[in-house]
Amino acid sequence: MRFYEYEAKQLLERHRVPLPKRKLVTDADGAAAAAFDLGGPVVLKSQVLSGGRMKAGGVKFAEGAGQAKQAAAEILKLTINGLTPVGVLVEEQRTIAQEYFAAVTYDGRAKRPVIIFSDMGGIDIEEVAEFHPEHLSRTHFSALHPFSDHIAKQAVAAVGVTGNDLTRLTSIVAALVRIFFDYDMTLAEINPIGRLDDGTIVALDAHMDMEAEARRTHAALLQQLGVPESDNRQARPPTPFEIAAAKVDAADTRGVAGNLTEFDGNLGLIIGAGGGSLTLFDAVRAAGGRPANYCEIGGNPSVAKAAALTKLICQQPKVKKIAVMMNVVSNTRVDIVARGVIKGCIEAGFDPAEKIAIFRIPGSWEEDGFQILKKYGVDYVDRSVSMHEAARRAVAKMGKR
Amino acid sequence: MSILIDESTTFIIQGITGREAVTMAREVLDYGSKLIGGVTPGRKGRAVHGVPVEDTVRAFTERTRVDASVVSVPPGFAADAVFEAIDAGIKLVVVVTERIPRKQVAQFVEYAQERGVRLIGPNCLGIISPGKSKVGGVGGANTERAFKPGKIGVMSRSGGMTVEIANSLSESGLGISTAISIGGDAIIGSTYAELMPLFDSDPQTAGIAIYSEPGGRAEYELAEYMQSSGSRLPVVAFMAGRFMDEMPGMRFGHAGTIVEGKADTAVEKIANLERAGIGVAERIEDIPRLLKERLGEGA
Repeated sequence: MRFYEYEAKQLLERHRVPLPKRKLVTDADGAAAAAFDLGGPVVLKSQVLSGGRMKAGGVKFAEGAGQAKQAAAEILKLTINGLTPVGVLVEEQRTIAQEYFAAVTYDGRAKRPVIIFSDMGGIDIEEVAEFHPEHLSRTHFSALHPFSDHIAKQAVAAVGVTGNDLTRLTSIVAALVRIFFDYDMTLAEINPIGRLDDGTIVALDAHMDMEAEARRTHAALLQQLGVPESDNRQARPPTPFEIAAAKVDAADTRGVAGNLTEFDGNLGLIIGAGGGSLTLFDAVRAAGGRPANYCEIGGNPSVAKAAALTKLICQQPKVKKIAVMMNVVSNTRVDIVARGVIKGCIEAGFDPAEKIAIFRIPGSWEEDGFQILKKYGVDYVDRSVSMHEAARRAVAKMGKR
Repeated sequence: MSILIDESTTFIIQGITGREAVTMAREVLDYGSKLIGGVTPGRKGRAVHGVPVEDTVRAFTERTRVDASVVSVPPGFAADAVFEAIDAGIKLVVVVTERIPRKQVAQFVEYAQERGVRLIGPNCLGIISPGKSKVGGVGGANTERAFKPGKIGVMSRSGGMTVEIANSLSESGLGISTAISIGGDAIIGSTYAELMPLFDSDPQTAGIAIYSEPGGRAEYELAEYMQSSGSRLPVVAFMAGRFMDEMPGMRFGHAGTIVEGKADTAVEKIANLERAGIGVAERIEDIPRLLKERLGEGA
């Protein structure tokens, strides 16, 4: 779950990381007032959950209130990667003498958290890693043993930083590590950290991602930051179809029938489980099919839950047929899924024999499942038909585009 | 031979009275595995499918040899359960639980490394050596059909696809030496490259099939292993989630499956695997054929 810059900066402030003076506004008049209050030149930044704001025109500079008003009006109208800004962060504009980069994340390969630090901040860090490796340090540390500030110092000193900058940056990086652990972040990044012309060091921009599973643990914090529970913070806003599917999944704790992502095709997919869904979605597309959705079923969902998801998918006007497919299942019962999808089809007002292009779920209780499917005239196959072949047959039934 | 487990492997299930764990207990016993008991705090004295339940792991390790533990407890209790198993001296811990916070995973993975404990998972279905034993729920109630004894080692980031791939290998006649559902999280106890040396020294194993996904660096680590180790084993990989390359920042399938940079994409991973001489199958049914080609057996 990604935080907006203004939220991330609130977390930094709690941990006494120095920041420029700033104000979040949601309209152009507010921006003018904020610029007046801050005095002097300001920078205005679009609050969207996307990188590349500068390139997209989401960051503008203004000399005073009048310019700030104009700039904010433009930023608020500008969508970046399909996302509409929730506001504009107006900040005092400072002269920057030197930029640094600091991030804390998990290195899945080393299986440890790692501090990445560079004295070449403000530019793409992958570029620094490739072309200026001597300007980048990677400092792994323990998730098990106590964290101590000298680890942050090591990370900063490793690129040759010394003097006042070293001590100031050490405390900022150490604070970033504590934020990373305290709030179950998967990424806590400040880029750039700026040394200003007067020698002070401030965090100019920040990117933080909290593990989605930790939202409940940090409910109080999210409430303080004003993050509503419904705000899923995906890379694009959820569609009504996706929101309805999430409700189906949440309404019943038995198994999974959800994780739905909408696509613009005409073949509804009821697929599972995790890896099976990834495989089958690729298989449908490789066969020339156009999925209406991605989803995941698994963990033995109830008949009611499978039916509710099927009904929802069948009810989408763009869905011509549905394909019900999984890998060979271990703990999901084939007969229960079969009952569920037939029930859902009928409840949506369709004949299962017509609507279900193919049913390919082999595994536990498959004989019982196949009996039910046979009774309703649904085209089903067993494990002798591969996932890719089943997907191909489903696509073939969709006819020409 | 097999790796990690065999017919003599004794193990317990932590969280054995949970709904899914009860089913798992019945299935592993039906398969002939040496499940000797389970732990659920406060349920000492009960039995699940005839095996005793204790309050603590030590209650077992103090009186008998326990080779392994399967952790199947809710996510909020999983880290503690892993620490308990390690502190009781168990050397193989299989963590089935999914949705464990990443910080806690990093902690118990590190602890396992410090104590020389082999950790599999989290977010996995366990290990099976067909005809000998299975430790975990992999294969469910109809394991025999999908997992025939044979010569291919399987490693998979997806529990379900472990079974699908094993099934195709069994039907092709190649069969399985040991199959390991390694887990779908961003941090896991044992990666492909870390398990490869075990397969390399297992005389039963003649080739390897892996299931992989976008996200993470485990496939790069495997490619490096194949180039630097002089492994004797041909490896064939299947890469799912190719569609995700067009959808950066969105998570699909498993906790560790997300495209955040170029190296996370299916396209880059496939190219890297191929450079290391690893065959990449377009479809599941191509895996046995590619392995047979590499083993010098006609399809």
